Amino acid sequence: MHGFANPARFLRLARWLTPLLLLGGIVVTAASLTWGLVEVPPDRLMGDTVRILFIHVPSAWLAMAGWMTLAGAGLVELTWRHPLAGIAGRAAATPGAAFCAICLATGSIWARPTWGTWWVWDGRLTSFLVLLFLYFGYIALAAAAQQDGGHSRVAAIFGLIGAINIPIINRSVVWWNSLHQPPSITLGKSAIDPAFLWPLFAAMLGFTLIFGGVVLARMRAILADMQAETRLRRKARGAAEAA
Amino acid sequence: MANALKPKHQRLVLVIIALVALLAAGLLAAWALRNQASYFYVPSDMTAHPPAPDRAVRLGGMVEKGSLKTMPDGVTIRFIVSDGKARVPVSYSGIVPDLFKEDSGVVAEGKLGSDRTFHAATLLAKHDERYVPRELQEMTKAQARQTVAETK
Repeated sequence: MHGFANPARFLRLARWLTPLLLLGGIVVTAASLTWGLVEVPPDRLMGDTVRILFIHVPSAWLAMAGWMTLAGAGLVELTWRHPLAGIAGRAAATPGAAFCAICLATGSIWARPTWGTWWVWDGRLTSFLVLLFLYFGYIALAAAAQQDGGHSRVAAIFGLIGAINIPIINRSVVWWNSLHQPPSITLGKSAIDPAFLWPLFAAMLGFTLIFGGVVLARMRAILADMQAETRLRRKARGAAEAA
Repeated sequence: MANALKPKHQRLVLVIIALVALLAAGLLAAWALRNQASYFYVPSDMTAHPPAPDRAVRLGGMVEKGSLKTMPDGVTIRFIVSDGKARVPVSYSGIVPDLFKEDSGVVAEGKLGSDRTFHAATLLAKHDERYVPRELQEMTKAQARQTVAETK
């Protein structure tokens, strides 16, 4: 754990891991989406509309996994003061928010033909919209802390507090009567036919690999930015002393 | 012996205590919302505590098999929503969503009339958690499994 907190060692690892994850993710995603969007038979009730499943569910998974990533990074940052943890949290926030927006958009498009409405304020939909706003809040806080030049722990604390929403999203369809159906996949049991389930798992894997690659790439970019900033500062200081 | 604790372990303990307290508070709050945050009433709620006649509410449940009837005017439908314990008759005129059918979930927005019939202004179809290809729906479970195994 401490080994990876060393930025130089992290960069050496990330240099080859980033393209590997991105390329692997693109290949797996393209294959699984072709499988899901073209090959899979239509659903008994929804017909071809069911194909949105293969984008909606992986996006929902990554929107929640993304928040757990930045909450975990916040915990490590607060406790062990690892310099990379804060960077990891910031790097995960934007792709997480993007997947959250994709999930809400595809869900809305799916709801119109199946339920007969674009949006309802039931427990699942509302708690997921809250997650999107939490992402916006986290991104704004992290950006503000960065602008001050200092290293603020406010974003890390916010990430940990926001994590309370994740079990609420998960349980919202069980605790409250909602228009959204209850979970299809529970531990060891699935109400999704294998014909849909395998391409769905493949799409989730592909999306996750892309997410990991994007997070690593963004961490490298943030580290490079910080390095450039320090170099500029040093130069400016040197110039000021020489004058 | 708190002084023997390393600062990072002290921080870890503090963060974990804060997290546990936060989680408990959040889940308690969500739990307390149980009845308020529900999107609709089920028929047994509605028959036990009927809402005021002019209050707009939502009713959710299963469309009872064999209860769906179209009225002579061609646009009004009548059906019974049940949750296995209670049944509420519903009337609605308008276009129904694609997934609306008998023996399937529905959420109706409207008012409970004095005639004990629920007059719906909007109908929403509720999908269940099962996803099954069209070709497999008529088969028994064993047949379906066999077909899937053969096509793999």
